[in-house]
Amino acid sequence: MRIELTVNGERREADVWAGESLLYVLRERLGLPGSKNACEQGECGSCSVLLDGRLVCACLVLAAQADGHELVTVEGLGEDGGLHPVQEAFAETGAVQCGFCTPGFVVAAADLLARNPHPSEDQIREALSGNLCRCTGYAKIFDAVRLAAGS
Amino acid sequence: MTTTARRLELGRVGESVKRIDAIPKVTGEFAYSSDLFAAGMLWGHTLRSPHAHALIAEIDISEAVGMTGVHAVLTHADVPGAKTYGLEFPDQPVLAFDRARYFGEPVAIVAAEHPEQARRASEQIKVAYQPLEPVVEPEHATEREPIHEGRPTAGHGFRDDDRPNVVRTIVIRHGDPDAQAEVSVSGVYELGIQDQAFLGPESGLAIPDAEGGVDVYVATQWLHIDRDQVAPCLGLEPEQVRIHLAGVGGAFGGREDLSIQIHAAMLALHTDRPVKMVYNREESFVGHIHRHPAKIWMEHRANRDGKLVNVRAKILLDGGAYASSSAAVTANASAFACGPYAVENALVECTCVYTNNPPCGAMRGFGAVQSCFAHEAQMDKLASELGIDPVELRLRNALAPGDSLPTGQRITGSFPAAEVIRRAAALPVPEPEELPRDPLRLPGGSGNTTRGEGVKRGVGFAVGFKNVCYSEGFDDSTAARVRLTGSGDGLAAEVHCAAAEVGQGVVNVILQTARTELDLDDVVLGSATTSSVGSAGSASASRMTWMAAGAVQLAARAARDELARRGGRLGPGEEIEVERVYHHRPTTPLDPETGQVSGDGAHVAYICAAMRVVAEVDVELGLTRVVWIGTAQDVGKAVNPQAVYGQIEGGTAQGLGLALMEEIQTRDGLITNASFTDYLIPTTLDMPPVDAELVEEPEPDAPYGVKGVGEPPTVVSTAAVVSALRDATGRELTRVPVRPDEIVGLD
Repeated sequence: MRIELTVNGERREADVWAGESLLYVLRERLGLPGSKNACEQGECGSCSVLLDGRLVCACLVLAAQADGHELVTVEGLGEDGGLHPVQEAFAETGAVQCGFCTPGFVVAAADLLARNPHPSEDQIREALSGNLCRCTGYAKIFDAVRLAAGS
Repeated sequence: MTTTARRLELGRVGESVKRIDAIPKVTGEFAYSSDLFAAGMLWGHTLRSPHAHALIAEIDISEAVGMTGVHAVLTHADVPGAKTYGLEFPDQPVLAFDRARYFGEPVAIVAAEHPEQARRASEQIKVAYQPLEPVVEPEHATEREPIHEGRPTAGHGFRDDDRPNVVRTIVIRHGDPDAQAEVSVSGVYELGIQDQAFLGPESGLAIPDAEGGVDVYVATQWLHIDRDQVAPCLGLEPEQVRIHLAGVGGAFGGREDLSIQIHAAMLALHTDRPVKMVYNREESFVGHIHRHPAKIWMEHRANRDGKLVNVRAKILLDGGAYASSSAAVTANASAFACGPYAVENALVECTCVYTNNPPCGAMRGFGAVQSCFAHEAQMDKLASELGIDPVELRLRNALAPGDSLPTGQRITGSFPAAEVIRRAAALPVPEPEELPRDPLRLPGGSGNTTRGEGVKRGVGFAVGFKNVCYSEGFDDSTAARVRLTGSGDGLAAEVHCAAAEVGQGVVNVILQTARTELDLDDVVLGSATTSSVGSAGSASASRMTWMAAGAVQLAARAARDELARRGGRLGPGEEIEVERVYHHRPTTPLDPETGQVSGDGAHVAYICAAMRVVAEVDVELGLTRVVWIGTAQDVGKAVNPQAVYGQIEGGTAQGLGLALMEEIQTRDGLITNASFTDYLIPTTLDMPPVDAELVEEPEPDAPYGVKGVGEPPTVVSTAAVVSALRDATGRELTRVPVRPDEIVGLD
């Protein structure tokens, strides 16, 4: 089947098999592998994207469900080709090690700050609790969110 | 803090520097092994055994071969060269023949145009299994029929142990193993199977080169040992197989063994097309080795003044179906069984057995985690028996340079065990939080349905240690190549090193070293591949910083010397290129009978960490919350302090996971929780703040005095967290992960 959607402000089309997830189509058909395939069952948040402005796991959305909708992925988070403040903060604070969880974290953190520009410590922890990181122990990820919130 | 962190983009050794791969990683541009693409690419899929132990009578691929989109269906009969491989012993089939020895063992591989076609085709392969009774109880493995013909690990200078299914037995006899003392405490400790649970699944891309060879782009920890295992199985010369490092989504030991490498290469060579393979999470859980589960019997004998007199330990490790690095893990579990304490008499017996459980091998801490959990529980028990403060008891026994380990090896370099104990113990513990409070700050978080009436608080302490670099005579080396070129009126440099960047930040170590040695900012790092530079050894054993810094330092100094010989300048187009191989000082094997060191000693250097943990336990609900962790770690010299703190925080999280929640569950050898829904790792709500202090006492033999930093936090944190739970509950808590029903229902 053929789907049409807006990805990072651009109109895109793809021929997809009905069983394919939005994550698969982003990664394998639209050339946007930034969203990551770590668990593919909505547990780790590595494929977090904004679907019509709502934070979702792209692995849990069928590509067909995204037909006609608007999507922002990690590749389109910054404006005018620059970095989003959350992306800058992640690089600055050492919140990135292997980085596989990073795209999901920066999308989720950007979503948090868009809703709540000055989150408390507990609010940061709760908002990011759907994203798993195996490298950092999260301390520097919290630093990054605090830094981005202050900037 | 002893380190002054300065933030520079082009840092030198000792400065906190932003990772060079940070920006591509935050934008999503960084290419991980699962992101790769090649024109005309096919997708590979692996058919795996549903049995933990079964004979394979026949494999019928006829139906799968003809399915839409399918280009290849291969079995053991199609393996072009050696049918088995292995990190240390070639006991593992590329594809199972005759017999499957664990749940999830690869039996056949398929290449198709769409991953779903490949998966469905694999389901149509008919394998006639004859299930066998699996060997799943390690305590009885030596009484069962051997699951391998012959003895794959016999010889190699190991102690003779002719019982069936023994991978390796080590006995360390030190002083008088029968020595008595005024008090004695004993315990039996168990650890479940932990998984590395790296986020990036096993994946890679194999591309045939049209001349019979193949290029494999893969996430791995050691490119050259992959090549040396892959090439013989493909029936190719090493030069015909080029392994290139693709982006690695975490490793923690789980990528030391091969995963997709031979399979993808076989499919690519067979179809003459690029083939990509990506495991899903379930397959990842069965597709790599795990941390050895263990059962440990320990007795500590001491005098009333707290001085240890004799430690007696018996350690049983379940190696699972194939040897992987079990023999070396056995050595570590034995060598560090008594902890970082001076003890004049010891008897340590450690056996690792083959079973039909999931294969085990390297994971961060490598045998020392298991022993630390036991010896630290014993030290707490001894402190309680003697009425001595647990920190004081550890200080009275702390190993120091000049002391000997139970292997007889004298500590010659830096080893500030007493200092890390004092520094960790001096960290201020946060005040108890008042009730009522936000449920997020109660044990169990928002799942806690009380107002905190049943919350008890405890403070725990632990110390752990292990070695840095390889041991027991294994030749440990790293190569680096430096090219200097004339650039305008200055110089530019390029560095090549095959060290695997697995997330730990070795790319920065390499560049910071090169910039320091060349006194040059314009230094770039070439890609890590077997085709352009010699072996780096693996990113493991906390060794990569030491070894990569050593190799780059040698090569850079050689380049600088040559530059001086040429008058200190290079004209446009002129260049200097040198490759150098760094070795740390040699090590020698343990005596197979006595477990005592010979010659240079089994290890190069040691690293230690101490940790203090505050935890709360809701004894009505069986829920826990780790409130705060303070730690002091012996790091030698921090090359990039920001990255060192990151290693400590992340390594601590993995140990906390083993203490509280992480366990691969099996039933008759079958894994029952192969998903992130059922195998839990710490989240943002589980991790407390970690106050870390770096203790920098330079290692005399190492470049800049560096040691390694990756493993000590994981070695010590499981023990430290459980120590806090014991303090809160008064229960012995002898098994990890601690289950809710072990801490619920207290008075």
